[in-house]
Amino acid sequence: MADTAVHDDTHAGHDDHAGHHTSTGLSNNKLAMWMFLGSECLLFGGLISTYMLYRGRHSANLGPDQVWDIPFTSASSFVLLMSSLTMVLAVSSAHRKDDRNTKVWLSVTALLGSLFVAGQVYEFTTFYREGLGFTTSLFSSSFYTLTGFHGVHVTVGIIMLMSLVGMISRNKVPGNKAETVELFGLYWHFVDVVWILIFTLVYLIPA
Amino acid sequence: MSTATDTQHDHYTESHGLTDLGYIKIAIFLAIITGVEVVFSYTQEQLGAAFLPGLLILMAVKFFMVILYFMHLKFDSKLFSLMFYIGMVLAVGCYVVFLTTMHFFHS
Repeated sequence: MADTAVHDDTHAGHDDHAGHHTSTGLSNNKLAMWMFLGSECLLFGGLISTYMLYRGRHSANLGPDQVWDIPFTSASSFVLLMSSLTMVLAVSSAHRKDDRNTKVWLSVTALLGSLFVAGQVYEFTTFYREGLGFTTSLFSSSFYTLTGFHGVHVTVGIIMLMSLVGMISRNKVPGNKAETVELFGLYWHFVDVVWILIFTLVYLIPA
Repeated sequence: MSTATDTQHDHYTESHGLTDLGYIKIAIFLAIITGVEVVFSYTQEQLGAAFLPGLLILMAVKFFMVILYFMHLKFDSKLFSLMFYIGMVLAVGCYVVFLTTMHFFHS
């Protein structure tokens, strides 16, 4: 009986708020996060489709083949991929109730995310200096909109991660700390998953 | 107290299926796939017709590895999977129809 109680409290997705039961037996917060991520698929699906449709609509000397820097973007992709690893290690530490390591891994994740955003800013600046502005062509508009939206998602994620580190330090995380870290983790991994699609469909497949 | 925490951790690992080392192994695997993708992009002419399907398969493998293991969908309730897959299938279906209507695949 005692074993069952422990299992129920720690089972993935189950709400382990003391005395808080839901009709599904699952965490409402986590369910809402998955629904949000499902809806985000529609947003990014629209942006990716629009880019695919317009990627050939550019002038002869300012197309994807002329401006892409694949080694640089590959390094950025690697950085974001590794941030997913550090995020999952933060979640794992949170479930072990190891606040120190949770904060360390969350901070490393935010740092890697910042590195990725810095790379994107550098890339955008380089493209702009080469003459590829937002309104230069349908290709550039759809490219900047897609990757810009993704960059905003990463930036929001970094702000959330740093806020969470501050809240854990002050012991002001409402509800279940491990579940809160896990929810942040889901958002972060989703941002990584979207970049996996963008990296292949936008950068690696030639126009 | 310590025993209770250890038990909780054991149950967490059991329900999520992976240890920290397991996550590191998956990250290494994902990094290798990313490297293979980049090699693909530089050997497009040699690969010929295998280039595009190969790249899309590698992308799909990375996508599902992250959502199944890092996001724990493989070990979590099926309802979470359903919520996400509904959005994903709706998006893919909707935009495939959109691109078909715009003659994307024809061109």
